[in-house]
Amino acid sequence: MSSLSAKIQDIFVEPACEKNRRKDAGARKKGCSKPQTPGAAAGGCAFDGAKVVLQPITDVAHLVHGPLACEGNSWDNRGTASSGPTLWRTSFTTDLTELDIIMGQSERKLFHALRQIKEAYAPPAIFVYATCVTELIGDDIQAVCKRAAEKFGLPVVPINAPGFVGSKNLGNKLAGEALLDHVIGTIEPDDVGPHDINILGEFNLSGEYWLIRPLLDRLGVRVRACIPGDARYREVACSHRARAAMLVCSTALINLARKMEERWQIPFFEGSFYGIAATSEALRRIAELLVKRGADAQILDRTDTLIAEEEAIAWKRLEVYRPRLKGKRVLINSGGVKSWSLVHALMEIGMEIVGTSVKKSTAGDKERIKQVLKDDHRMFESMAPRELYTMLSEHKADIMLSGGRTQFIALKAKTPWLDINQERHHPYAGYDGMVELVRQIDLAIHNPIWSEVREPAPWEIDSHAEEQPSAHTLTEAAGVAPSKTRRHDVGDFAEC
Amino acid sequence: MVHVYPQTKSATVNPLKSSQPLGAALAFLGVEGAVPLFHGSQGCTSFALVLCVRHFKETVPLQTTAMDELATVVGGAGHLEEAILNLKERANPRLIGICTTALAETRSEDFARQIANIKMMRAEESGTEIVLANTPDFDGALEEGWSKAVAAMIERITRRGQQARRSKKATVIERIREPGEQPLKPKKLAILPGWHLTVADIEHLREMVESFGLKPVILPDLSGSLDGTVPDRWMPVTYGGTSVEDIQELGTAVQCIGVGEHMRRPAELLQKLTGVPYILFQSLTGVRNVDRFVSLLSEISGVPVPAKIHRCRSQLQDALLDGHLHFAGKKIAIAAEPDQLYQLATFFTGLGAEIVAAVTTTGTSEILQKVPAESIQIGDLGDFEKLAGGADLLVTHSHGRQAAERLGIPLLRVGFPAFDRLGSQHKLTILYRGTRDMIFEAANIFQANQHTPSPEMVDALRKRSNAG
Repeated sequence: MSSLSAKIQDIFVEPACEKNRRKDAGARKKGCSKPQTPGAAAGGCAFDGAKVVLQPITDVAHLVHGPLACEGNSWDNRGTASSGPTLWRTSFTTDLTELDIIMGQSERKLFHALRQIKEAYAPPAIFVYATCVTELIGDDIQAVCKRAAEKFGLPVVPINAPGFVGSKNLGNKLAGEALLDHVIGTIEPDDVGPHDINILGEFNLSGEYWLIRPLLDRLGVRVRACIPGDARYREVACSHRARAAMLVCSTALINLARKMEERWQIPFFEGSFYGIAATSEALRRIAELLVKRGADAQILDRTDTLIAEEEAIAWKRLEVYRPRLKGKRVLINSGGVKSWSLVHALMEIGMEIVGTSVKKSTAGDKERIKQVLKDDHRMFESMAPRELYTMLSEHKADIMLSGGRTQFIALKAKTPWLDINQERHHPYAGYDGMVELVRQIDLAIHNPIWSEVREPAPWEIDSHAEEQPSAHTLTEAAGVAPSKTRRHDVGDFAEC
Repeated sequence: MVHVYPQTKSATVNPLKSSQPLGAALAFLGVEGAVPLFHGSQGCTSFALVLCVRHFKETVPLQTTAMDELATVVGGAGHLEEAILNLKERANPRLIGICTTALAETRSEDFARQIANIKMMRAEESGTEIVLANTPDFDGALEEGWSKAVAAMIERITRRGQQARRSKKATVIERIREPGEQPLKPKKLAILPGWHLTVADIEHLREMVESFGLKPVILPDLSGSLDGTVPDRWMPVTYGGTSVEDIQELGTAVQCIGVGEHMRRPAELLQKLTGVPYILFQSLTGVRNVDRFVSLLSEISGVPVPAKIHRCRSQLQDALLDGHLHFAGKKIAIAAEPDQLYQLATFFTGLGAEIVAAVTTTGTSEILQKVPAESIQIGDLGDFEKLAGGADLLVTHSHGRQAAERLGIPLLRVGFPAFDRLGSQHKLTILYRGTRDMIFEAANIFQANQHTPSPEMVDALRKRSNAG
């Protein structure tokens, strides 16, 4: 068994994963990524997932070893933010040509590329991503990286997650494995403290980690490493000396959290910074874990004080929106933690949740939705674009909160929409973030355009009976194929 | 003689290219009721889809055969078949445009035979044209992909040897005309636009041709499918574009016009299959190119140039008069695919500017020899950033934004992808009006970035010592 398939098997049997615990041994072995249906698939590949997790490490040069599309079609497309280095936004690829592949020059090209990057940019480390084609032609990336590391005197980390091995989610986890194998624990920090924590699975989208960090500062908690949001290579390499860890996006990096606990005794909990109650709970649990690991118990009081203050301020600011948003119906199409963590605050100010997607949500997430919503009718796994479009165009929701993939379904159905996934422009984490989210919802719903885009032209109202077909519609026969079977459809909104 | 420098670096830094299958997919999106299908791993499709959506700000139908590890080892035929059948059942498209990727092509299977087999075994799957474009990512870029897809559609769908049928068909149409109406033969013009024409360009082109009483058939026609209209129901396929019937009947055109050197191959193929002669316009921007185009239309139709078009020409001349003051002596750096590079470089030099840096994606296009620049680098935006240092204006797609920021030089966004600006598809770049609009846009950027003179800037002696 190759080392890659061994690694994948290892991820499939991850004991900390709740879904895995409910499976029998056989089912576990089969793996968690459902095989995709050709012609009806959506979502990224393993390479995509690996890159998403690692690329926000800001001072590393990320080199994609493969033909153009893997990097050329996807670079500079995520809104993670850096407080310093910008090298992560520079795109590097070996851009393999037909000749490189036929003549077997790809390994040499990779080596030269590493030299070129080292000489031009002198980064603290280079990450090398394998892709489908380089895996297929059998490039030994591991060996090239090892040789380059010796020759050029810097860490060169192979990220072995070629696209065809599976889903984006599997790629997330393979990225975590690469960090465990090659990065974490390779540098010993000289400034270990009793209040050091890691935050895992926080991407610093739109800079929202910076909404959280001041809160932690006030508690005297130091973030040893936030992986990957706004991280530096050195921070990640030293992260094994943290006292505790919080896992934010559990579906992406559960294996990393669990193995760091196993290897370096760093206890972790799963939490979220989306929503007021969730933020408070996360802060409290960080404090508790640190106290358990020997920190001064005073931190608990400090935490309670901070939570009380911040919650009071947030609720007061949210109160302004109650009269404007009371009774408005929200559809949350995001999944994971956000399926419930946002719900509480929205309901608190009088909004109604007409549905929430539980794709990528854990059993714990689902349990919490049931608690908050009082029933589970409004949970759905995922919705085909056609169904979603129908639901929205019949005005069964006043706004949809989702990611970019479903953006135009909502907009074409002339329904207010707000991005709460990776391409969003506003930070929504923590107390201030929740207020910002509600403000954005208010702005979206009450934008004056809605009446103008929904109203038909005056002459259409007059001659309504005639029903003229519009110039741009297809013939009925070709356009509407009855969807007999409910399947996963285009745009299965897998986002983290 | 333009010197074309090949790429010699091992690491591409900030790619200029978008992949070849993406170019093919764009072309298939210009056909009504179509779904492009990437044959490869699902990431290939996902990346392309996200990029298209960011550019067009529309839902874009794009599917994948989702090759997994097993298919990569034993072959992807099963996945290809399943994908076609699934698409057929769920969306019933008029056309499935298969774009192969690097993964499928590195394995290298006989895709054409596989598709033929699938069609034979599934006789009931008729009503859907299946077109194959061999577009590995490790070769070419948007231009090649687009051109291959258009050629593949003509090869697969267009009926052969239609020259004779044309006259017969025309007489039929003549007979059913209203009595009293002038019995004009509705001459059909086949137009094969390059990928770099925007939705607005295509619409404008159509209006221009129609104003001569000609009937244009444009392949591909993105102006129907990605023009930013709001359809009244959910569409799993493209909701506009060239109809499959029109592609079948391309042979009944009196003349074919290609726009851009990369459309020569499809135009030649059409000529070979149907006898329709072609004329290639390497660019439709700039007074002379458009004059030639308008004269041709007038000649084919026998209709004198309408006053409206004459007026557009006059407006363009006025724009040239006003604009040249801002362009003269300006240093322009352009990074674009060959045909667009030619279109833009001739546009800028046509107003007295100078091309100080030209970077393109491939060295194989013949048009490069005609680009008014001393040299052209085959390369990436990393090369562009190095070469463009002293320029007054950068001209490339949205990915040039980082270079523009670092160099402190304004950026004119052109081509694909334009993900950080709205309305890129509604910008005109061709014919009299498009040339006029481009003059205004660039001149406005120059004006917005004018530096107010300071004593240091103007100081004659200091300048002299610098020059020495």
